[in-house]
Amino acid sequence: MATTETGDEPGVVAEVLPLRDEMAQEAAARLGAGSSKRIRREQVRLLVRSGTFLVGAAIVSFWIVCAVFGGLFRPYNPLTQNLLAINQPPSLAHLFGTDNLGRDVLSRVIIGSREILIVAPLATLLGTLVGTVLGLLQGFYRGVIDALTGRVVDAFLALPVVIVAFLFIVAAGASVPTLIIVIGLGFGLVISRTVRTAVLQERELDYVAAARLRGERGMHTMFVEILPNVLGPIIVEFTVRLGYAIFAVATLSFLGFGIQPPTPDWGSDIAATYQYLAAGYWWETLFPALAIASLITGVNLIGDSIESVIIQ
Amino acid sequence: MTLAAPGLLAPDSDAAHALRVSGLDVAYRVRGVDRLTLRAISFDIGPRESFGLVGESGCGKSTTVQAITRYLPRNGHVTGGGIEVGGKDLMSMGPEALRRLRSKSVSVVYQEPGRALNPSLRIGRQVAEVFEVTGSSRSEALGRAEEALRTVQIADPGRVLRSYPHQLSGGMLQRVVIAMAIAVEPSLLVLDEPTTALDATVEAEVLELVSALREQFRTAVLFISHNLAVIAKMCDRVGVMYAGEIVEQGPARQVFEDPRHPYTVGLLRCVPRRGQRKDRERLDTIPGFLPSPGEVPRGCIFASRCALADDRCRSESPPVEDLGGGRSARCFKHSEAAGLPRSEPEEMVLGQGRTSSDPVIRLEHVSKTYSAHGESVRALVDVSLELYPGETLGVVGESGCGKTTLARVLLGLTGADPGSVVALQGRSVPPLAVARSPEDLRLLQIVFQNPDSALNRRHSVRHIVSRTLTKLAGLSGAALEQRLHEILAAVRMEPRHLPMRPAQLSGGLKQRVAIARAFAGEPAVLVCDEPTSALDVSVQAAILNLLVDLQSRERVTYVFISHDLGVVRYLSDRIVVLYLGRVMEYGPAESVFAGPHHPYTEALLSAVPALDGTGSERIKLDGDIPSPANPPAGCVFHTRCPRRLADGTCESVEPPLREVTPGKVLRCHLPLQALGRLEADPAPASGPAAAGDPAGA
Repeated sequence: MATTETGDEPGVVAEVLPLRDEMAQEAAARLGAGSSKRIRREQVRLLVRSGTFLVGAAIVSFWIVCAVFGGLFRPYNPLTQNLLAINQPPSLAHLFGTDNLGRDVLSRVIIGSREILIVAPLATLLGTLVGTVLGLLQGFYRGVIDALTGRVVDAFLALPVVIVAFLFIVAAGASVPTLIIVIGLGFGLVISRTVRTAVLQERELDYVAAARLRGERGMHTMFVEILPNVLGPIIVEFTVRLGYAIFAVATLSFLGFGIQPPTPDWGSDIAATYQYLAAGYWWETLFPALAIASLITGVNLIGDSIESVIIQ
Repeated sequence: MTLAAPGLLAPDSDAAHALRVSGLDVAYRVRGVDRLTLRAISFDIGPRESFGLVGESGCGKSTTVQAITRYLPRNGHVTGGGIEVGGKDLMSMGPEALRRLRSKSVSVVYQEPGRALNPSLRIGRQVAEVFEVTGSSRSEALGRAEEALRTVQIADPGRVLRSYPHQLSGGMLQRVVIAMAIAVEPSLLVLDEPTTALDATVEAEVLELVSALREQFRTAVLFISHNLAVIAKMCDRVGVMYAGEIVEQGPARQVFEDPRHPYTVGLLRCVPRRGQRKDRERLDTIPGFLPSPGEVPRGCIFASRCALADDRCRSESPPVEDLGGGRSARCFKHSEAAGLPRSEPEEMVLGQGRTSSDPVIRLEHVSKTYSAHGESVRALVDVSLELYPGETLGVVGESGCGKTTLARVLLGLTGADPGSVVALQGRSVPPLAVARSPEDLRLLQIVFQNPDSALNRRHSVRHIVSRTLTKLAGLSGAALEQRLHEILAAVRMEPRHLPMRPAQLSGGLKQRVAIARAFAGEPAVLVCDEPTSALDVSVQAAILNLLVDLQSRERVTYVFISHDLGVVRYLSDRIVVLYLGRVMEYGPAESVFAGPHHPYTEALLSAVPALDGTGSERIKLDGDIPSPANPPAGCVFHTRCPRRLADGTCESVEPPLREVTPGKVLRCHLPLQALGRLEADPAPASGPAAAGDPAGA
């Protein structure tokens, strides 16, 4: 079909007012319709104005402050046991009570943010890198590379990430680097699917053909031509996966394959205390659980608002 | 709730006007500031009258349609003036009255029929809905739907009703949409670029259908188009819009033959006319740029681009001058408009035409077969062509004829079938670009149709052009910088454009960047795949002039693909006509246009509406283009050919290409004297004098 474009349809937003003629468009672009810098500034403005983003950012910043400066304001040493004051309910001395070894739950929750806030973002970053490279290769070359790696990815995706992670951690031994690598690679496979889809759309555009017609190599076309155009979905994927990564780290710690006691950690603390729930010691489990829930919620709020801004 | 009885809200048949727009102002609110987009738009459409609004993008045509249907975007609102439909004030209508107005009195047909229909519902369901809205029962509505499709000359309504939109061609879909629009017998039918997305042959059919329906239903029509010739053909009266104003209004024939506003004059000169050729006369362009929306300059809105403007024009806003005979123009100088000085010199300084006897590129028996779902589709069949330095080959045909496949095969983006030969400067080159040498890549470049797709939106103009200079011309450092500025100047862009990204440029500037990139390696052959079809006529004229200049300077050969025969004719030295991947006719441009024609060429030529309204009788083609997966036996064109032989030869034997006049080949069984000649009289094409602008008449 001849795709002659002529109609002047003003969109709902009048930034795209009907104007196509040379200067008019250029003027409009300078005014704000098209310039990428302008778009980015506009996106940031929209983000900062969105309540969702602000709430998410507040929650996440709170935990980051805890992780970085928690040592300065924690009421007690989270490792100090006080066997004379075990399983104390919340009181003025211990706002979140004490656990089965008499450690202060509040201090453990504050310091417990450290490991998870190192492991989860690093794992997500690794996953994003792996997923981007893999997705670019699959989407750009398609054919055999895509078919082979695609099936492997499908096989992995058929199992929950935690189960796969399990296998590898058991094989490699539980440690923080293992945790990062295992979660990172697992997410990389998931992210590669999203990147691949975006690349498949991009590679049909004529600028890719133009690159081929000036003899560009595949690497240049993938990373210099296509990659900048698929950054949007990659950023969204990063924020979404970060939430999942926090959950995965907490789950693995809970199961004993992540951060090892006595290092304060929400997942392993829940594991260590949940058996006492029946005895009525709810505070030992509740507060680390709330911490996990709030961090994931905060990250997801940020992710959602970034996604809506980028997709807009 | 009771449904309105039919006719209850239908406007009084004796209302003086089907539509009356008086002093309409529309503004869009952007960041809290009102920007006036339409200013004092006034026009009437009498009952049964057909009124055209013509203008380039951004002139406010579509905003006018949206205002008339009260479908302005949320931030748009009418700030002054009024609209009456059939004598009823549109602006004071409540939601229920509006709904009834839209379901009964005013119908709109948009540009893209594919987007006007729901892809997941059968056509029957969608057409029937129109009748259900007006109160028919479900079964009655289905019956009336079938009737409606017959009205728009759909031969097999039963099949169409059972189809989903994706199973039908664009022309068929547009018929369905028109059937739905006309079904309720509206008093006003609004057609917003209804044929822009269609091929010329289909466009001609749809236009004829609209004319026939107008007769039959006596509907008033508001016809919106950027295509002057279409408006000239379809409308009794016309309004020419520019930057939110109607600058000239009057009977269509008179406006186009004797324009009285400088903008109309300029617009008409931008369109290549019959007899105008690149070696005889440059296209004129309209200098300067459209003012930004909402910017209301002092004085005449067109003054900054008008060669006639004087101090008065720049300080005082001209009133609508009544010129008598129903004509008006918003210009102080309407009596001098016809003598508007050209903005481009008329004379063309062209280098020599073909000088070398060695072809720069040669195609021998090039075929391309795609296989999909176990079917093989022959997109190109045994195409042989030769091109010489400095000449232009025009490639024409309907969509799906293999034009784009030909371009991709040439460039090596798609590999031709084994046995095909593409020879560049006498050397046979590998079928795929990845296997070609950098030198071969350099020699063969392309300007794509859509610069939005062809330019990487994340890269600056500097990056886009200099990367190509590095790769193809092997330049770096100061030499690269110098050449970069040279090329930029050659496409008439400025250094300030270098750091910009494509999104910051207008359509015309983007296409200039694409052309700069294509010329960076100093190619010998440049494929232009519909390079101006996404542009407005005034921008198109500038781009075509640029291409001609560059060709005469660089001696580059163009393969110019276009559905616009006027443009092809202006530029081409030779023409090849493709149908279902086969060459139907190939030869020097003059002889292809002069005839005798292949029946398919004849149909294509006759389908193009002429601005002066002197178009020859249209040769009708039956049915749709057959599927290339299953081409007809014998001559592939026989299923649609109006001249096929009665003895059945055409159905059984594929005609060979035979030379009919020196250098021109045809694929047809018919004897030469039986073929049509649309332009037997070549006289008007003999010199620049005869090709002078119509305004001077």
